[in-house]
Amino acid sequence: MRYGINADAARIRPFPGGSGRGVACRYARRYAPLVTMPTTVPAYGNEAAGRLASMADVTASNGALRRFLHGLPGVDAVGLQARAATLGTRSIKTTAKAYAIDLAISMIDLTTLEGADTPGKVRALCAKGVHPDPTDRTAPKVAAICVYPDMVATAKEALGDSGIHVASVATAFPAGRAALPVKLADTRDAVAAGADEIDMVIDRGAFLSGRYLEVFEEIKAVKEACARPDGPAAHLKVIFETGELQTYDNVRRVSWLAMLAGADFIKTSTGKVAVNATPPVTLLMLEAVRDFAAATGVQVGVKPAGGIRTTKDAVKYLVMVNETLGDAWLTADWFRFGASSLLNDLLMQRQKLSTGRYSGPDYVTVD
Amino acid sequence: MTFDYAPAPESRAVVDLASSYGLFIDGEFTEGAGGGLRKTVSPATEEVLAEYTQGTADDVDRAVKAARAAFEKWSALPGAERAKYLFRIARIIQERSRELAVLETLDNGKPIREARDADLPLVAAHFFYYAGWADKLDHAGLGPNPRPLGVAGQVIPWNFPLLMLAWKVAPALACGNTVVLKPAETTPLSALFFADICRQAGLPKGVVNIVTGDGSTGAALVAHPGIDKVAFTGSTEVGKAIARTVAGTDKKLTLELGGKAANIVFDDAPIDQAVEGIVNGIFFNQGHVCCAGSRLLVQESVQDELLDALKRRMATLRVGDPLDKNTDIGAINSAEQLARITELADAGEAEGAERWAPACELPGAGYWFAPTLFTGVTQAHRIAREEVFGPVLSVLTFRTPEEAVAKANNTPYGLSAGIWTEKGSRMLWMASKLRAGVIWSNTFNKFDPTSPFGGYKESGFGREGGRHGLEAYLNV
Amino acid sequence: MSERLAVFKTYKLYVGGKFPRSESGRVYEVTDAKGSWLANAPLASRKDARDAVVAARKAFGGWSGATAYNRGQILYRVAEMLEGRRDQFVAEVADAEGLSKAKAAAQVDAAVDRWVWYAGWSDKVAQIAGSSNPVAGPYFNLSAPEPTGVVAVVAPQESSFLGLVSVLAPVIVTGNTAVVVAAERAPLPALSLAEVLATSDLPGGVVNLLSGRTAELSAPLAAHQDVNALDLAGADAALATELETAAADNLKRVLRPRATDWTADPGTDRLLSFLETKTVWHPMGV
Repeated sequence: MRYGINADAARIRPFPGGSGRGVACRYARRYAPLVTMPTTVPAYGNEAAGRLASMADVTASNGALRRFLHGLPGVDAVGLQARAATLGTRSIKTTAKAYAIDLAISMIDLTTLEGADTPGKVRALCAKGVHPDPTDRTAPKVAAICVYPDMVATAKEALGDSGIHVASVATAFPAGRAALPVKLADTRDAVAAGADEIDMVIDRGAFLSGRYLEVFEEIKAVKEACARPDGPAAHLKVIFETGELQTYDNVRRVSWLAMLAGADFIKTSTGKVAVNATPPVTLLMLEAVRDFAAATGVQVGVKPAGGIRTTKDAVKYLVMVNETLGDAWLTADWFRFGASSLLNDLLMQRQKLSTGRYSGPDYVTVD
Repeated sequence: MTFDYAPAPESRAVVDLASSYGLFIDGEFTEGAGGGLRKTVSPATEEVLAEYTQGTADDVDRAVKAARAAFEKWSALPGAERAKYLFRIARIIQERSRELAVLETLDNGKPIREARDADLPLVAAHFFYYAGWADKLDHAGLGPNPRPLGVAGQVIPWNFPLLMLAWKVAPALACGNTVVLKPAETTPLSALFFADICRQAGLPKGVVNIVTGDGSTGAALVAHPGIDKVAFTGSTEVGKAIARTVAGTDKKLTLELGGKAANIVFDDAPIDQAVEGIVNGIFFNQGHVCCAGSRLLVQESVQDELLDALKRRMATLRVGDPLDKNTDIGAINSAEQLARITELADAGEAEGAERWAPACELPGAGYWFAPTLFTGVTQAHRIAREEVFGPVLSVLTFRTPEEAVAKANNTPYGLSAGIWTEKGSRMLWMASKLRAGVIWSNTFNKFDPTSPFGGYKESGFGREGGRHGLEAYLNV
Repeated sequence: MSERLAVFKTYKLYVGGKFPRSESGRVYEVTDAKGSWLANAPLASRKDARDAVVAARKAFGGWSGATAYNRGQILYRVAEMLEGRRDQFVAEVADAEGLSKAKAAAQVDAAVDRWVWYAGWSDKVAQIAGSSNPVAGPYFNLSAPEPTGVVAVVAPQESSFLGLVSVLAPVIVTGNTAVVVAAERAPLPALSLAEVLATSDLPGGVVNLLSGRTAELSAPLAAHQDVNALDLAGADAALATELETAAADNLKRVLRPRATDWTADPGTDRLLSFLETKTVWHPMGV
């Protein structure tokens, strides 16, 4: 009864007239009549660029891009919210809960994005990321430490060869209100300092006023700025600030726009506005990622950020990933939580599972 | 690694079942008049849950007399006082909702998630809603001085045992009637627990009487000359027999019967939500729903995309132990119903439709049927015309709105229909053309005590729910 | 000077907007209350009843789809036409029911007024029978009445005209179409009413009038699978039971006969008896 995107294609028998290839956005399919693809390829690989090139006609002009984005299926808000709420009723207990907690810890982009950040604060956070539970060295390490660009070098040094990535916000985070050259310089600076991942913000003003191509070109430019002459490019996460986009239709459109532009991850929020990640918005982005993979064969990751503070919340998100995208996305390579206080709650729940006692805040670290 | 959900069973310990149950007549449980005992089983395990009494014509007579005796005082109570009893009942249902949800799942086979999140909240809401009407009947717009009818004989089905009880009992009592209720043969338990709730609420004796038994008990109730009102929810076949029985009498009749609803998906539909609506439309409660969206009418231009998505979604449905909180599809209610579903599904294949079901392991004991869809179905196929009352979806296609309407209406039934489109004017046009009592547009299988429910044509007559639902229990 | 010889009227059925004779070719004698011959009326057959149902079904889409305002205008037009032929109907009702001219006139006047009363209901009934339902969720939810479909009407036997109008007008004003079995022994006012309906912009087939044996005509109508509802006003108890039993085969809505003072305020009961309630849900969200 489980569903993984690749296994699925084999299990579902093609029906007369059907593609037999899993769902595909009809518009994407119309514009990009790809043959059946044996596998999906990661958005950050070399192959992805070729596959995206097959969609070039939909981004040929602002008009073409607008027609494409507005041709995507609509989203019924009530139905989307109801589906997210139903998935939220899944009861994840015992072994499944233990698995989910460790998985969630391993997916955290442990974040500090404060004006008051100092090298000391960042080093402490890095130490916590490597060994989240000082009393239990079996606790998995987090996926990344997320900081402002000027803290990238500090974090990089503190993390050493731990395997934990350094993610840096960039492009005039969080408002994104700066000229493109400034945003690109911001990005290059973080990349040069060793960032493995760049979390950029889109120009919401441009998006909301219908200048889709401008947003598209900006993402493309930032992606190019993520390149590193002497090594692998930094992975690009594109933050939509969904709380400012207001409608679910906008979220579906911006998801496709960013993925067409080469986003490696799509991310809900900066954590700096009133409404951050919500289950329905994240579910919708997961669906967009699913449809994009089916249409283009390119795998893109998803990162909800902001407002996810409890184990219960995190597990709900993992259930959504599991039942929308399946195993292929249930790794830190393809799903992340942008969070800070979430980690301690996960650790306390983890302690409860292993000891049978409820833990308390004195038994986890404050960094 | 895969994310496998560990079993998450709801505890059975909250339900305290007796080994055998009598009939609830005149405020107390009494032995039957010789009809013997029947067994009710858990359809998920075939385990016997309890024995209950086969009510006879004599038992029915006793219950009707008790209801008649109680009618005078009950109907003379100020509406505000009747209301308070109903409010009490609503509150006690809320308090005991976990127990009742588990009980319903045990006896019916429905997933605990649905019993907990759909049935029980709606049961309590229904009593709350009609409680508030009891002292406002003069304002219902049904004419001056509305009077109760007398004794209502009510026969309910097994698909939503407690919810159907609520739909029948709440408006009847609010309007000042007394009732004799016959629960379904395979799901008598929650009605018997409801008797205990009436006791806790201090409801005067004889106002609610529960007579359990099979179809013969129901037939005796419907034919009893001492009742003034017949309310039935169940099959169209039995509904017709009841209509013949009451012909020429003064008994007021309302019937809520079968359906073969079309769920119509246009190419501009919100596809992901449409898929959820289709799934909810046909797999909710194992498809044991009279208003189930059992005929998917999909516009040809979007059928490939939609069916791909639907099959992918169906593959994530979790079939199994109804008490597991993660189960989406529980057990078929009875061996008889399973045989009926199997027979119709086999007929679908034999008539040339293509059958598909996701790979899914079904438990060994109990009654189970995998969520199934048929493509290549035509209007002439039995699975497009007959009510399957199970998790079986027939997929048909259309090209234009006119064709969709023609196909949707091409059935003797007319209970419900679904429309999926993002274009408002088309939705309203479709809604006006569809001959069905409930139209869900961009949603499906939504219920609310304020919202009238009931069918056109052979899906029955009369409405349950809302202001309209009062009319069935008043002499106006 | 010899007295002028009157021209008799050949009474005919009214089916699908046309005035056919019975396909059976049969007629029966209609007499006044004292037994004097008045006219021969068509003795309609089961096949005539079937043809009438076909005509009523064919007319249903257009009539139920017409605006309520339009239906109200047409019913009011019926009243106007009737007013103009008042004397004719007074004479016919007097003959049919053995009434004095004054009493017959009162019946006809009341019938005219009844058309006016029901004409006014056309665009109001949805407002009293519908509702906006405050469901516990983000949904727009509206219930509105719709016509049931084809209604077979067994017209009252004892009130050949006012009774007939009192049962017919509430059926059609909401958009139903009707097949009416006229009072068996006094069908002439009903058959003449057809001439009024035919000149009132009422689309053909909305009302179909049959004369003949009530039991013979109503049985096939009650059993007809394409009839949606049955008004048994003019059926005696035994016939009513038989017809209601037959009606169960396709679950027709049945309005049972009961003692009725046709001159009294009719209320809304008959109007509401041939309506279905349709409830539409739609999510509200952005």
